[in-house]
Amino acid sequence: MKKSVFFAAMTAAGFAAGAAAAGTLDDVKARGTLNCGVTTGLVGFAAPDANGEWQGFDVAVCRAVAAAVLSDPTAVEFVPTTGKTRFTALASGEIDMLARNTTWTFTRDVDLKFEFTGINYYDGQGFMIPKALGVSSAKELDGATVCIQTGTTTELNLADFFRKNNMDYDPVPIETNAEAQQQYLAGACDVYTTDRSGLAATRASFETPSDHAILPETISKEPLGPLVRHGDNEWGDVVRWTLNALVAAEELGITSANIEELAKGTNRPEVNRMLGTEGTLGEMLGLDADWAKRAIMAGGNYGEIFAKNIGESTPIGLDRGLNAQWTDGGLLYAPPFR
Amino acid sequence: MAMLTEPPAESFRLSMLINDTRYRSYTFQFIALMLLIVFMAYLGMNLVRNLAEQGQDISFRFLGEPAGYDINQTLIHYTNQSTHMRASIVGVLNTLLVAVLGCITATVLGVVAGVLRLSPNWLVRKLMAGYVEAFRNVPVLIWILIIFSIMTAAMPSPRAFRGAGSEASMLFDAVAFTNRGVYLPRPIWEAGSLVVGLTFVASVIGALAYRRYATKLLYDTGRLLPMGWPSLLILVVPTVAIFFILGRPIGLEYPELGGFNFNGGIQIRGSLIALWLALAVYTGAFIAENVRAGIQAVSGGQTEAAASLGLRPRRIMSLIVLPQALRIVIPPVISQYLNLTKNSSLAIAVGYMDVTGTLGGITLNQTGRAIETVLMLMLFYLIISLAISAVMNIYNNAMKLEER
Repeated sequence: MKKSVFFAAMTAAGFAAGAAAAGTLDDVKARGTLNCGVTTGLVGFAAPDANGEWQGFDVAVCRAVAAAVLSDPTAVEFVPTTGKTRFTALASGEIDMLARNTTWTFTRDVDLKFEFTGINYYDGQGFMIPKALGVSSAKELDGATVCIQTGTTTELNLADFFRKNNMDYDPVPIETNAEAQQQYLAGACDVYTTDRSGLAATRASFETPSDHAILPETISKEPLGPLVRHGDNEWGDVVRWTLNALVAAEELGITSANIEELAKGTNRPEVNRMLGTEGTLGEMLGLDADWAKRAIMAGGNYGEIFAKNIGESTPIGLDRGLNAQWTDGGLLYAPPFR
Repeated sequence: MAMLTEPPAESFRLSMLINDTRYRSYTFQFIALMLLIVFMAYLGMNLVRNLAEQGQDISFRFLGEPAGYDINQTLIHYTNQSTHMRASIVGVLNTLLVAVLGCITATVLGVVAGVLRLSPNWLVRKLMAGYVEAFRNVPVLIWILIIFSIMTAAMPSPRAFRGAGSEASMLFDAVAFTNRGVYLPRPIWEAGSLVVGLTFVASVIGALAYRRYATKLLYDTGRLLPMGWPSLLILVVPTVAIFFILGRPIGLEYPELGGFNFNGGIQIRGSLIALWLALAVYTGAFIAENVRAGIQAVSGGQTEAAASLGLRPRRIMSLIVLPQALRIVIPPVISQYLNLTKNSSLAIAVGYMDVTGTLGGITLNQTGRAIETVLMLMLFYLIISLAISAVMNIYNNAMKLEER
């Protein structure tokens, strides 16, 4: 008797585990918080500030999604993940979405069964080196000792780059950005390589950033973006269009300052559709009409988020470059809201 | 009349499985076994079903694909175009390298410290007690990180060796201690080096034969020949003589500063040194305690008896106490060897590319095949541990007291 109850319970648990894979949107609504995977700490992209509040460019995406779905940009449970743990955390359902400067690649999309919901930063891999070494090009790095974050695409790009240029190097695999920084500063490696944005962020936290140069070569394409599990298209759509809303808002001139006014209704149909005064876009997503308005109000439009976290006025000082709107010669191009 | 008959053979009834003490334990063991099998089967099925739901499967095909990443310490030929399988083997060899080095060093350290902990000299005794307590009571990961940070922070980087009035200089112009590791001269084998090598092997055999003869002579006649310096002489003199007669066929390639790093010579990486030393001193502390326990388990009467026969303390230790103590020490030392080997999986903390770093780290990440790689890792550590136990058990059986 007892035994059969035990089996029934186990079977039920098995089905429950299976069912959890579908309907992330409903799960998030029921739970009341969004579990968002971020880095363990990369200033400007995702790092806790002095008050323990997570801040940064990737964090802003999580907050926008939480605002759109739960009407509360603070209803986010941030789960720090390393390069090694991030995919397991997402695949197992520990997190609902991953916003951790993750490169969109074929195998991750197709073989690992994830769905990239867009690109929030166009990046490329670069090298940082102390100016004292007098190196001005990555082609002069033959024989160098290179610190590298293990478990990232940069590891493979590095191998390809040195093979292509017939050069030798000595890789020093490192688990986190913080350790890499320590090793690099102690001179245990000559060069540190990762995404250029990451290099800029790391350099910004040095005592004397001006002693270190980022070499001009970009050796890879690193389109970074948020991702969700494959197969849950409703949830994928929510994350994708929240990101698109942030990008489109900048293009359409919707900012956190003027959004209240614009949300009362304008004579521009696309703005109206996005902000929910016209049409039923929110309903189609399974959300209410104000979803995009809340997402933009959480941290501003894409341009505002960029400027606040990693832009030229911040210590990280990245220029927009490829990440400018397509109208300004960049690659940001949100599909139309209609 | 009153004939004793055997009690009628009781026919087996089902209720006896519970009520009869002869069968009850079997019943419960059987039920427990069944539950365990069902539970394991449930976990396995759960895994397969959940993987199927995510559209994934279990496949080891990735092992045949090119790895695409580089490994900094390879004992066999490896390039980034080699397969994941080969990368795993490189990792396995690196694990075995640090495990073997660590076990040897830990044993030496442990035996010395264990013996000295019982020294009549107060200072030596307390020093060794300090060593044991300090190293045994701090987690090994912390020791690995401490030694590694000391190496990276305190040693000069190769840049410091540059120029005439450089801050750092090489020891005897041959050995460079840098924060990337230690660079040693590499021997170059030229024609004739084989003869030198063979001479050396012959002298080793000769030295062993001499010791054997001396022991036999001692047992037969009681005459004690000196052991130390004659064996050393037999070992060194012929080899050195042949070396010079043949015109120094073995040269040395010295490490030289070129470009970013030292080139040439042999590099012992900082990560290997940190891991090796940390594992050795940590495990050595445990082995020291095992050795001390073994020595103290040998009855004091043995020492006194040996002393009354006129043996000096060192001989008492090496001839009477240690041979008996080692028998007691071997079994716990086996488990210390196993611990050391398994602890070597902490290598990733200092970027040493052991099997956990290659197969369980980069390969896992780049292919996303977590279950497959972790299964392979478990299998590897299981095989290694069982192999160490098997070998050590054979040794133990050879050493143990033969009871007549």
